[in-house]
Amino acid sequence: MLITQDPFTALESLRREMTNLMGAYAPPFLQRSHGFPAVNLWEDASALYAEAEVPGLSLKDIEVTVEGDQLTVKGHRETLDAREYTYHRRERGTGEFALTLALPVETNPDEVEATLTDGVLRIRLPKAETAKARKIKVTAS
Amino acid sequence: MAMETNIEKRKESAVMPVERTRSAPTYIPVVDIIERRDELMMLADMPGARAEHIDINYDKGLLTIHARVEPRQNPQQTEYLLQEYGVGDFHRTFEVGEGIDPNKIEAEVKNGLLTLHLPKSEAFKPRKIAVKTQ
Repeated sequence: MLITQDPFTALESLRREMTNLMGAYAPPFLQRSHGFPAVNLWEDASALYAEAEVPGLSLKDIEVTVEGDQLTVKGHRETLDAREYTYHRRERGTGEFALTLALPVETNPDEVEATLTDGVLRIRLPKAETAKARKIKVTAS
Repeated sequence: MAMETNIEKRKESAVMPVERTRSAPTYIPVVDIIERRDELMMLADMPGARAEHIDINYDKGLLTIHARVEPRQNPQQTEYLLQEYGVGDFHRTFEVGEGIDPNKIEAEVKNGLLTLHLPKSEAFKPRKIAVKTQ
């Protein structure tokens, strides 16, 4: 008897839904989402990649944690002292921010790498061995 | 890792915009404009932009900012699970009034944030007026 949809596929789409809700999801090709920071998430065979645009931030302003299947990016962007500065136009946000993503596959937290360059935060999350795709050899019987 | 850099302002009457050989999307950077005692400051978010790829031009009262940003992924070949932004150039133009001295405009970029300092012209700087008694 054929099983048309296995339970793992259903879980997978639920995980993606969660990511969408928690990550301030906007349809692709939309310039800006309403959350800060804007995040792109993609994968290849070996790893998940998360990239966030955090212009003006340096290492001390940002904190990245991976716990289970959750990736959290927290930080703050300096707000200028209102006694010295008068805003004529204010399009950039400042203050605290926190972003949590539910990751769709299991990753190896010990091997997660994050770099910050020119205001772009890039996180590489290697997939756990069990989550990697592997070719199944078909033998004739 | 990122350094503060001074970008030279070019003042040419015939300005050629930076032309690209392949089509890349161009985005409008978000900007804060802040007034201080002796200058206007402009902060522009341009993640991924580096000093050597940023052009700032002042010509006849128009200040144009353009940053070339190299793509970081290939969108056609990347399997996005979530895509909230695209990567491309930044471009924005502002009118600069008489209150600004264009010869003294300075710019620096750090961590993908462009800061422009636009000093006020002498005539527009605030000053105390002494009151004499007769």
